[in-house]
Amino acid sequence: MNAQQEFQFVGSRSIRPDGLDKVTGRARYGADLNMQGQIYGHIVRSPHAHALITHIDCSEALAMQGVLAVMTGADLPEPGNRVLGSGEGAIALRDLSPMVMSQGKVLFHSQPVAAVAATTPELAARAAAAVTVTYETLPVVTDMHQALTDGAPILHDDRFPDGQPKEPTNLAAHITAQVGEPDVAFEGADVVVERTYSVPMCHQGYIEPQACVARMDGAGQVDVWCCTQGHFTVRGYTAAVTGIDEGNIRVTPSEIGGGFGGKTTVYLEPVAIILSKKSGRPVKMVMDRGDVFRSTGPAPGAETRVKLGATRAGKLVAAEVDCLLDSGAYNGNPAGIPAFLATACYKLTDARSTGRSVYTNRPKIHAYRAPSMPQATLAFELVINELAAAIDMDPIEFRLLNAVEEGDITMMGSRYNRIGLRECLEAARDHPHYQSALETGTGRGVAAGYWINAGLQSSATLNVTGDGHVAVLTGSPDIGGSRASMALMAAEVLGIPLERIHPQVVATDAVGHCDVTGGSRTTLATGQAVIQAAEQLVAELCRRAATDWQVEPESVTWSGGAAHHEDKSMDFEALARRAGSMGGPLTVSSSLTSASAAPAFGVHLCDAEVDKETGRTTVTRYTAIQDAGKAIHPDYVEGQMQGGAVQGIGWALNEEYLYDDQGVLQNPGFLDYRIPVASDLPRIDTVIVEVANPLHPFGVRGVGEVPIVPPMAAVAQAVFNAANIRVMDLPLNPPKLAKALMSSETS
Amino acid sequence: MSTPLNRMPVQATVNGEPRVFLANPGQVLAEVLRDELELTGTKIGCNTGDCGACSVLLNGRLVCSCLVLAAEAEGQSVQTVEGVAEGGVLHPVQQKLLEHGGLQCGVCTPGVVIAAKALLDTNPDPTEEQVRYWLAGNLCRCTGYDKIVRAVLDAAGELRGGSAS
Repeated sequence: MNAQQEFQFVGSRSIRPDGLDKVTGRARYGADLNMQGQIYGHIVRSPHAHALITHIDCSEALAMQGVLAVMTGADLPEPGNRVLGSGEGAIALRDLSPMVMSQGKVLFHSQPVAAVAATTPELAARAAAAVTVTYETLPVVTDMHQALTDGAPILHDDRFPDGQPKEPTNLAAHITAQVGEPDVAFEGADVVVERTYSVPMCHQGYIEPQACVARMDGAGQVDVWCCTQGHFTVRGYTAAVTGIDEGNIRVTPSEIGGGFGGKTTVYLEPVAIILSKKSGRPVKMVMDRGDVFRSTGPAPGAETRVKLGATRAGKLVAAEVDCLLDSGAYNGNPAGIPAFLATACYKLTDARSTGRSVYTNRPKIHAYRAPSMPQATLAFELVINELAAAIDMDPIEFRLLNAVEEGDITMMGSRYNRIGLRECLEAARDHPHYQSALETGTGRGVAAGYWINAGLQSSATLNVTGDGHVAVLTGSPDIGGSRASMALMAAEVLGIPLERIHPQVVATDAVGHCDVTGGSRTTLATGQAVIQAAEQLVAELCRRAATDWQVEPESVTWSGGAAHHEDKSMDFEALARRAGSMGGPLTVSSSLTSASAAPAFGVHLCDAEVDKETGRTTVTRYTAIQDAGKAIHPDYVEGQMQGGAVQGIGWALNEEYLYDDQGVLQNPGFLDYRIPVASDLPRIDTVIVEVANPLHPFGVRGVGEVPIVPPMAAVAQAVFNAANIRVMDLPLNPPKLAKALMSSETS
Repeated sequence: MSTPLNRMPVQATVNGEPRVFLANPGQVLAEVLRDELELTGTKIGCNTGDCGACSVLLNGRLVCSCLVLAAEAEGQSVQTVEGVAEGGVLHPVQQKLLEHGGLQCGVCTPGVVIAAKALLDTNPDPTEEQVRYWLAGNLCRCTGYDKIVRAVLDAAGELRGGSAS
């Protein structure tokens, strides 16, 4: 714990400003808004996982009384080769648009092929059923290994990952990174362990389904209300998918009922807009839970082979990683993460890492909390544990011997700044959990995790009222308490009571551009915009006081919520009250592309027991340790750590997409796709380590994503140790463990 | 085909007030609460009784309002999250959820509030295990349940008039 700065507000556990509305039911989420005169959209979805659309006949639906509009893919522009965004956030329109509505070909079951709008939801559903779509079905492949075999059905005959127009395959991307000479370096290893582990496709499992209301008026102006992790992204994507000018679209974010990466894109919004354009009425659309599972982007399943070599003294000498990921029907760009980041926790001067992604007849994958990193980390951390055991060394000591620190070079060629992996490992080693004796029949697992974190674009506007309150406006949807953090940071700079600060997330036309709430970036980057804007406000207040006092602005200081010069002072409230006569309304804005992003690390400890008869695993104790840089609001940092850990526990033990041979998802609901419930879990203890991020004014690192990186390996290791078995494919559900236990007994 | 007009009037006590609303015979209570009575605090996360976001009390009994027909509310008493705070004073469960940071996105929170209140109405001194099993029907994807469970135990302590457990 070495946050260097002293803070008055930051680091306190204030009541979140949006909390009252959320515990009383007043908060309005995506499906909670109705527009006057609205009608209801319903999507027609493909019953086939792979087919050509030969004809769509909407005439019967359109003839129904109360049906006001229909649309198909023909109402959307051809995607062509257009690419939206840049860098990590780039997406080709041809990979985005067909997730909204297909054009000519369907590549996964339940893919949208048409939509209708009618005066009631029931009528819209009946009208959707009256749309006749004629298909020419094609062979289906949902397994990524099968998709790479000769003779497999080819999803895209016009895509060539190597840029060489030859025989098309289902390989979507193939990325390799290398440092040093791993093949040579392995010769210097005393011990080499090589293992291949696989992780199933899974869903973010946000509790609120996608929902929106959209209206296009007679002048072509579009209003959208929706639940999203980024309404500026909704605006941009929607414009591209529909061909409407971005400047004609305003998006207002509702409260959002979870996202975890899954709500950083659009599914319904472009459809609702086109239906509104055609009907002249606002159109509301709410996704059904089954369709959320079947047709929004899940996290890729993956198989990762890791080969690591170490000396008897405990030094890692070489690494080889090969990660194969399921991209689903279109390119979700998952391959670069394992290629460049799989080795990120360890000093490795000789390593090769490959990421490959494959097209299958499943929905295109989408971001899920540190996308692709947990899949690669499962294998990497389990092999680290096995190596430590092979040289008879404590797994945390082994990691401490090899942990990256300031100055080390990453696989991407960049140099680590000050980071906190070592501090996290030491905190784990010294924690009562790790020091405690194991209860009989339980096993213990430890794993570390890394995430790169993002900076990106953020904006904030501060408006001061005449009675000295401040509205803090940003464009970053608040999913986990970020408004509380924005208020604390603004209060810290301004030195005024928290009750006078009113953070809000506002529409696309009310504040400067903000990229998505994702990449663990909101408290870091949008917080930075808030800090900058508050500093500008303080500077303006000091200038005004100086003018009033007829002194040099440089001689005026700001502290305790007031301007000071020698024995004179003027507080925030007085300056706000007199704003009209001292230079006009007090309003400031700040926008930036944050260069402050810094990687974060976590270390998780898990104790588990396995019922020898049923194969059911019980997690008996769990501790998550993480470097937050500076925890602006510790409750919501801990909340991220606990929530991410539990998502990882669910992925390790239960969660899994199950398809039949025709590409139909067999468990599209919370009954059969079982996410952890309260009675499955112990308390999740947390330790916040604070190694300040030197690039950020308050030392913040992102916290949201790292917590899902270590759990699968920590849980799997605990299970392996508890049951004295090793299972190579997750989830470690009861049937699988029961079988493994039975065969280990007979062998 | 025209929109069916076979809606029936239903009289019920909702959050202590007599209310009359129209419902299709097949319409579920969750939908009517949200669309007819504008009580959108009741959330629909799955419509199959698996997530608990639509939890309400029907004559004091915890139910998923997506599994109850609106017509079944005839003559009954319904309490939604909007009716939990009395006279602007938060129920201890609500207050403790705020104090413990027991919510993130908050979409499961109305169901959690209702379910936890139902538990404490009948069991003022639950163990942690009892809280966890009672709340097993309320899915939360954000918090890992830790702070929710602590908040409910703390609220129970406050309701008993003692210190936090």
